[in-house]
Amino acid sequence: MYLNLAHFGVLLALLAAVAPLPVRSINAGVRIAFALLGISGLTCAYAGGRVMLSGTSLDVVLPIGLPWLHSHQHLDPLGGFFLLLVGSVTAIVSLYGPNYLISNGADSASSHTLAVFTGLFIAGMYLVILAADAFSFMVAWELMSVASYFLVAHDHSQHENTRAAFIYLLMAQAGGLFILLGFGVLAGFGDNFTFSAMQSASLSPHWEHIAFGLAFIGFGMKAGIVPLHVWLPQAHPVAPSHISALMSGVMLKVAVYGFIRFCYDLVGTLHWQWGVIVLLAGCTSALLGVLYALMQHDLKRLLAYHSVENIGIIYMGLGLSFLFASNNLPALAALGLIAALYHCMNHALFKSLLFLGAGALIQQSGRHDLNHMGGLLRLMPITGICFLVGCISISALPPFNGFVSEWLTFQTALQGTVLESGVIKSMVAVAAAALALTGALAAACFVKVFGIAFLGQPRTEDMLSAREVSAGMKGSQVLLALSCLLLGIFPAPIINSMQAIPAALLGSGLKSIKTDTWLWLTPVSAHASSYAAPMVLFGICVAWLAAYGILHPRRRKIPVRFSPAWDCGFGPLEARTQYTASSFSQPIRRIFRPVWPIHENVTPATETAKGGRYSIHIGDWAWDKLYLPLGHLIQRSARIAARLQGGNIRTYLAYSFFTLIVMLWIVT
Amino acid sequence: MSAWILAIVQTVLLLLLAPLLSGWVKWVKCKMQCRRGPAPWQPYRDLAKLMRKEVVLAEHASPLFRATPYLVFSVTALACSVVPAFTLGLPTAAMADVIVLVGFFALGRFFLSLAGMDIGTAFGGMGASREVTISSLAEPAMLLAIFTLSMTFASTNLNTMVHFTLTEPFQIHPSFIFSGLSLLLVATAECGRIPIDNPATHLELTMVHEAMILEYSGRHLALLEWASMLKMLIFGVLITNLFIPWGVAQTSGFIPCSVGALSMMAKLMGIGALLAVSESVLAKMRLFRAPEFLSLAFILSLLGMLSHVVLEVH
Repeated sequence: MYLNLAHFGVLLALLAAVAPLPVRSINAGVRIAFALLGISGLTCAYAGGRVMLSGTSLDVVLPIGLPWLHSHQHLDPLGGFFLLLVGSVTAIVSLYGPNYLISNGADSASSHTLAVFTGLFIAGMYLVILAADAFSFMVAWELMSVASYFLVAHDHSQHENTRAAFIYLLMAQAGGLFILLGFGVLAGFGDNFTFSAMQSASLSPHWEHIAFGLAFIGFGMKAGIVPLHVWLPQAHPVAPSHISALMSGVMLKVAVYGFIRFCYDLVGTLHWQWGVIVLLAGCTSALLGVLYALMQHDLKRLLAYHSVENIGIIYMGLGLSFLFASNNLPALAALGLIAALYHCMNHALFKSLLFLGAGALIQQSGRHDLNHMGGLLRLMPITGICFLVGCISISALPPFNGFVSEWLTFQTALQGTVLESGVIKSMVAVAAAALALTGALAAACFVKVFGIAFLGQPRTEDMLSAREVSAGMKGSQVLLALSCLLLGIFPAPIINSMQAIPAALLGSGLKSIKTDTWLWLTPVSAHASSYAAPMVLFGICVAWLAAYGILHPRRRKIPVRFSPAWDCGFGPLEARTQYTASSFSQPIRRIFRPVWPIHENVTPATETAKGGRYSIHIGDWAWDKLYLPLGHLIQRSARIAARLQGGNIRTYLAYSFFTLIVMLWIVT
Repeated sequence: MSAWILAIVQTVLLLLLAPLLSGWVKWVKCKMQCRRGPAPWQPYRDLAKLMRKEVVLAEHASPLFRATPYLVFSVTALACSVVPAFTLGLPTAAMADVIVLVGFFALGRFFLSLAGMDIGTAFGGMGASREVTISSLAEPAMLLAIFTLSMTFASTNLNTMVHFTLTEPFQIHPSFIFSGLSLLLVATAECGRIPIDNPATHLELTMVHEAMILEYSGRHLALLEWASMLKMLIFGVLITNLFIPWGVAQTSGFIPCSVGALSMMAKLMGIGALLAVSESVLAKMRLFRAPEFLSLAFILSLLGMLSHVVLEVH
């Protein structure tokens, strides 16, 4: 029944793709499309949530697809969790979408293309989660990839946008190829393309390693682990903001879903080597992601690099889970998996929130660059407060949700002492340190983002025209901010309701989470570690009220006086004397100097141009060292191959002649 | 119920003791440098004076600027109730483990840095930028040092950690020596003491913490000053009780608790004197030497962790 409901949601999303086409009025068309998307999101979220709670798994074979392979569909707790995630973010984003597009001044052609591809994109994501055979999976996966290519390329009047979209398409296709090969290995041994046949296939460890390697690269390319992340910072800044929210918040999670499904469910045996690889990839992605994010001053590109960081944190949890599972410790493996999944959900919420906030900011101020912003909190208070909540959550600060999942990951890593190998034990400990460094740097980065964009004085005139956005846009941000708080305050009941997922995949739930109370989060044992988020929030409130009550001015009759800020006696302060995004991160740039390829350009002051100029460009080593040489290599080999094509008909005839002779020789 | 009262008593006691500790450090420092110096209770007078004074806000201040002092103070006060200071078994200690404690400090710092950037002066941005740089290096070193301890005790609960050392037969862990040294280095950085930052200076080239709170006045400033004194006290209590917990009451009776409180004060006086000595013999570092200092702390933590894994796990 719930599977049918999910299919109904898919149909609604497909309907949303075509419904606005016959509608004349742009506004009505956009509203209809997003209303349908919203309902489809709610339907799928409900279906997924109920299946996750009940812990059952549902199967159905649809009479579509290839003649010998009908489309197998499947919904189990893991799929239900991701369906819930995709559905709820879709529902909230569709609240934001209409007003955003209308006030962006969409014309009919662009709004139609957007509606069509948004519908297809979302339907593709649902279908990936529901697929239970490799064929349906790949069709849905490509639907998701290609539709999102058109969304990224939406504003194709500018060259750099088409370039970014092309890079995205290229990497998505390369990733898809790896996934296809991975499925091919499993299907070859299972003699069928259905997932159930793949599960029962018996592979030799070598083939298991090969299948894992293919899936790791394929899904990693979509998820954006370093060094396969380069499409993210290109594609996110050029896509419309609600699409960035969906791509970064949800589509990356679909890739994580595919990876989890492939390793835990289809291959089944988890090897310790995989744990090491995934953990290392997670650490690298988390650290490099946050370090690169710190150096960006384009708001959306910065957020894109933070997606790389958060995917890294998710992979750390998964890697730890692999390590424990390979050591026959299913309860701890379940803890790692839960930490990763909880971070998936948290990241979906706060990253969508931040992208929606960024969209509102960019729409109102007309600027992408943090260095041009400033002072927006006074002009856009609701957006500002919601954005602040997003910043606190992503910086992993208590009592918000990002902290809970990092805390769980720390707790998993600290159980590393039970592993056998000393090398892996110390690696797990170092991974915990890397996570701590990541968290601290992320906090530094979001102090920069919020402080530069919302606080201080406006750095350009454009900021002064910024106004608070419309109700739908505000409402979606408030909803996301509230859910960030909710997931931070009540982690225990939510994690309890996720128990069915590790139970189905690993055969074990968490060992000792208390089921009888909503207050305590005790993932290992009450003795070892405990966190009571409601009490923390309550304590902060009590202490705040006490301090405020004692010192409040009404009781003291001392008024607050306003005066200009301290200017050292040099006259009024200007907006240009403030720190900028680049100067804020300068100390960190200096400390971690070799991490980035930095091109600094200083033009000293001359008679004609007073003041001199300074410009800095931060590149990405992955481009310089991996992709550009690869591109050159391909071009060079193509050029060599092109020599065959002289354009001379006689040479071509000679080719045919010699080929014929060689063929005849082979045949005889 | 009595346990909850004890938790409140501990919080209030630590709140009241915090100014005395920084007064004590200053007093010892003056004595060492053959100066007369103010009495140890001078910080109380300063705080009382600031509380009475009017608040002057900059014209561009946003509501965040006014909320930050209360938030920073309440988070730090909450941190007080979590640390086992003179007795074990407080109900508040279970609600937050040591990772949450680090999170509390990070939350306070997050808002303090934002408040520094709120007015839009160069000083505020400078202070905030330096603060987040230093803390982003100090925090991992601190967590790694603490993780070494938690791996030994198989717990991140501070109560359990202290209880373990108190009840187990005494043994020397090599890893503890590294972690302890690292925590001392981190604490000086986190509390903004020499050689990382100098709380007594307002020189723009060197100040970190003072630059962020430059625009604050009156009761807001008092709260922030108090919170930073409190932070130093919490670090003192944390380090002394994790490594030399003897004296901490294991039951909630009056006499064990008084003994615990007295021993805590003695330990704090000791560590305060140590800080005064180190501040007298060291000079403040250039800002870009600070990473070296902190990477030393990080490497010590790492050595502690590795020596734990190699030597102590069976």
